[in-house]
Amino acid sequence: MSLNGQGKPNSDEGENLPARAGEERLSSPVARTGMFGARTTGDTSGYGGLLVRRPVGLGAERPFTDPDDPRTARFDAVADALETALGDTPASYADTVERVVVDRGELTFHVRRAALADLMRVLRDDPALRFELCLGVTGVHYPDDTGRELHAVYQLRSITHNTEIRVETSCPDADPHIPSIVAVYPTNDWHEREAWDFFGIVFDGHPALTRIEMPDDWHGHPQRKDYPLGGIPVEYRGATVPPPDERRSYT
Amino acid sequence: MSTNVTEDYIDASGGDWDAVVAAAQASSAERLVVNMGPQHPSTHGVLRLILTLDGETCTEARVGIGYLHTGIEKNMEYRTWTQGTTFVTRMDYLTPLFNEAAYCLAVEKLLGITDRIPERANVIRVLMMELNRMASHFVAMATFGMELGATTVMTNGFREREMILDIFELVTGLRMNHAYIRPGGVAQDLPSGAVDKIRELLREMPKRITIMRKLLDASPLYLARTRDVAYLDLAGCMALGVTGPLLRASGLAWDLRKAKPYCGYENYEFDVPVSDGCDVYARYRVRMAELEQSLRIVEQCLDRLAPGPVMIDDAKVGWPAKLALGPDGLGNSPDHIAHIMGGSMEALIHHFKLVTEGFRVPAGQAYAAVESAKGELGCFAVSDGGTRPYRVHFRDPSFTHLQSVAAMCEGGTVADVIAAVASIDPVMGGVDR
Repeated sequence: MSLNGQGKPNSDEGENLPARAGEERLSSPVARTGMFGARTTGDTSGYGGLLVRRPVGLGAERPFTDPDDPRTARFDAVADALETALGDTPASYADTVERVVVDRGELTFHVRRAALADLMRVLRDDPALRFELCLGVTGVHYPDDTGRELHAVYQLRSITHNTEIRVETSCPDADPHIPSIVAVYPTNDWHEREAWDFFGIVFDGHPALTRIEMPDDWHGHPQRKDYPLGGIPVEYRGATVPPPDERRSYT
Repeated sequence: MSTNVTEDYIDASGGDWDAVVAAAQASSAERLVVNMGPQHPSTHGVLRLILTLDGETCTEARVGIGYLHTGIEKNMEYRTWTQGTTFVTRMDYLTPLFNEAAYCLAVEKLLGITDRIPERANVIRVLMMELNRMASHFVAMATFGMELGATTVMTNGFREREMILDIFELVTGLRMNHAYIRPGGVAQDLPSGAVDKIRELLREMPKRITIMRKLLDASPLYLARTRDVAYLDLAGCMALGVTGPLLRASGLAWDLRKAKPYCGYENYEFDVPVSDGCDVYARYRVRMAELEQSLRIVEQCLDRLAPGPVMIDDAKVGWPAKLALGPDGLGNSPDHIAHIMGGSMEALIHHFKLVTEGFRVPAGQAYAAVESAKGELGCFAVSDGGTRPYRVHFRDPSFTHLQSVAAMCEGGTVADVIAAVASIDPVMGGVDR
């Protein structure tokens, strides 16, 4: 139920693209069946057989710059600079960056978590990149993305070059560890604590990874999709309003 | 409460005061660890500072937050994209329109309709945001004055803000928590009389700002409390992710309105005030100058206001109903009700579907940022293709800036901690969300 069946997206880029896209689409996880939240035999909507799949996160190919979209003007320059800069370090570009996504005028580098700390240092220090400002990290939980359930998303801004990029990395639920980048961007101290608090992502190397928004003795990580939501007990014959994720809905 | 006394340590973070005093007398310790907050009038809401004091000197400052966490980001995952504005407006309750604007820009980016927002809607957005910037800065200075004991500054600041809130009430129906900026445009057009009221503000406000400046600019007391206090230079700002007036007070003219214009900010003439003092006074001067620049922008907004729609011309996204003021308050306009109830069955179905189900947003993720009164307010939104957000995260400037309390306060006096926190201008609703 995952991309390529193994949780590894697009290992062989550039091979027979359209057909592969179709196959990936059919192997991508089912996001929803039916419509209007009807799940019982009373489904008269006529949409009972509908299968809505999650979109396939296809990586973008060079060039990243679309001449018709001014927002993408510097994307190729950033990618070139990153490739050049990573050439100097042990972790080369191909080992670091799994895929690149250009969408809605935004550039996203999906990177392997092991290479994250080195990559961030390069992004901050390289004169051609100079992403001085890190706008924090936040988690996103994709329970269906087997092997990559927890994503950590970093937004970076270069004041020197007036560019912004996004760096995304992931870890499985079973091993929720991502290296901390507080040593590179001290501002991420609280942001990483928040991502730990809400998603249970353990940022290895963080100076003091404690809860920040929830009480210290809280159990669970509330913004995960599998976090149990409470129903509201109503004083009428023991009835209970179901939790929001179990109510009838349109999504 | 523990009264364990170690060699140089007294825990005075609560408990029986007599026991604390006895413990202090029994040892030669000079160091105190005290809680300031979460219920303390000068900590801007429920902010908790854990200070280690050596006499009057603060040797360690830690910040405890989370007392106002309301789970807004989680709640939004179970409401439609339009209903999200009602939640985000309550985050940083002093800058509701910035919250709404950041959120709506992110949703519009996901929908791919950024360029199709009507011109008039964009002008109204800028107009409201600049008024909101002034309101927020007035509260920043008012609370700051109160915390330093200058109650005139406090009453003046809130009086000035009230003029702006009156305009908000006239335009949106509410003083705070407006939910006025919506994906696709704004909830309703400016009512009759709004432009006149804003012009009146433009005439009156420069005088009020002058009064505020006379009170504070060169007041020896104010200078003594703010000059060279809570120093944070440019390198510190960059490392700690500090933006907004704090960054501009350390000498960098960085403003998203100039660097990454949104809502048509590239069409307005204004300056970015900068100071290189890096201290509390410099931050005050920057905020004061920003008030004057905001007035300039508001004036240009009124000149640019041309008649036209205020909601996107796309029936699949734009809110179907027009609001109108009836005898029982603000509600759907009688024309619209007559149309859907008596005229067109299809219009009724359309209204019902769009209001209850909402519009679908193509899957993907987007980040949109605005220069709020406090700094870069970013909204990161993820859609899975449904009618509700899959995940929304806000990068609130107050949250990020509070991390700099330790850098600003350690080594200073206790009194300077108050000035430092006030100069950050944190709002706990935004910090904790």
